[in-house]
Amino acid sequence: MEIKHTAIAGTLESSDIQIMLSQGTNGIEINLESDVIKQFGDQIKQVITDVIKDYGIDNAKVKAVDKGALDCVIKARTITAVQRSIDATEPNWEVL
Amino acid sequence: MSDNEQRLRRTMMFVPGNNPAMLKDAGIYGADSVMFDLEDAVSLAEKDSARNLVYQALKTVDYGNTELVVRINGLDTEFYKDDVYAMVKAGIDVIRLPKTETADMIHELEAVVVEAEKKFGREVGSTNLMAAIESAKGVLNANEIAGASDRMIGIALSAEDYTTDMKTHRYPDGRELDFARNMILHAARANDIAAFDTVFTNMNDTEGFMRETEYIHQLGYDGKSLVNPRQIPMVNQVYAPTKKEIENARGVIHAIEEAKIKGSGVISMNGQMVDRPVVLRAQRVMNLAKASNLVDEEGNYIEE
Repeated sequence: MEIKHTAIAGTLESSDIQIMLSQGTNGIEINLESDVIKQFGDQIKQVITDVIKDYGIDNAKVKAVDKGALDCVIKARTITAVQRSIDATEPNWEVL
Repeated sequence: MSDNEQRLRRTMMFVPGNNPAMLKDAGIYGADSVMFDLEDAVSLAEKDSARNLVYQALKTVDYGNTELVVRINGLDTEFYKDDVYAMVKAGIDVIRLPKTETADMIHELEAVVVEAEKKFGREVGSTNLMAAIESAKGVLNANEIAGASDRMIGIALSAEDYTTDMKTHRYPDGRELDFARNMILHAARANDIAAFDTVFTNMNDTEGFMRETEYIHQLGYDGKSLVNPRQIPMVNQVYAPTKKEIENARGVIHAIEEAKIKGSGVISMNGQMVDRPVVLRAQRVMNLAKASNLVDEEGNYIEE
């Protein structure tokens, strides 16, 4: 699966995370901004990476701005960003 | 159904489906039901995002015994089917259909719910339904709507759309809603399901909110839809039974137990016969008293 165009999901409000996904060439590259990057940076990146891999996407650039999101929020926002970036017409029930 | 008849539904708190902070905290305010909104609280561009977010929250967050309801987008929207599928897959308790006008709309929804239950390996029949009535047509068809399916657990009045349809608007005294409120309540009672009153949106008018809540409590409504957690304790206060009501209810329940021990079919209290309506009312009073923390586990009144 390939990313067709850049897509954004999520907001910059408290407890949310904003994910911007665009085409990449060098695996899954994540640029993360978070107040809790020391404690949870690796975990946040892992959740994002898992979702992207579930979609069978090997190359992507991710810009993520975290405002204290729970894992379930990170997962939901990443799914939405991927769905939008591949122009999906219906949810992917296997990934959800 | 017995569980449904006993279940308290005093408060149904609306939570916007695309707000992570509110989704995360929705369970902590003690609402009897929480309604995640995918419809009016979510802009068209964010429908997919809200659906994914509510799905993940339902799969992850522990909401305890709170009844979980989701308001999906209407039958005539492109989001409707994906909403139903996602919420059934997530194991939602109740799907609320907005702008319900006919029993056929419930039948149509039920067919999609059955499809989804089969597709995702959920027990067929495990997803309950409820309808929001938001138009003159819906009010006149309330009885058919309430009885449209065994899955129906309640119907609710949605006054904003309804008053627009009626060419009026909401007034402080609520007289414009009298007919709709009574129709919906009767439809609910005639079909043994719950009746929910509409939201009260002016957070600064506490007095008006209390007046409206006392009024719908007097009519016989199960409870009220709410937009702010601050309203929960106010509704619960209106629905809390008095000490006298509790003592009377305990007396009735004691009389039932005594009759059971004696093997007597006839129940009497203070020399008066206790019949079924009295028993049902006593049980409801005790449920309300327990929910309001007015009695202990054994039903003894807790003195302040």
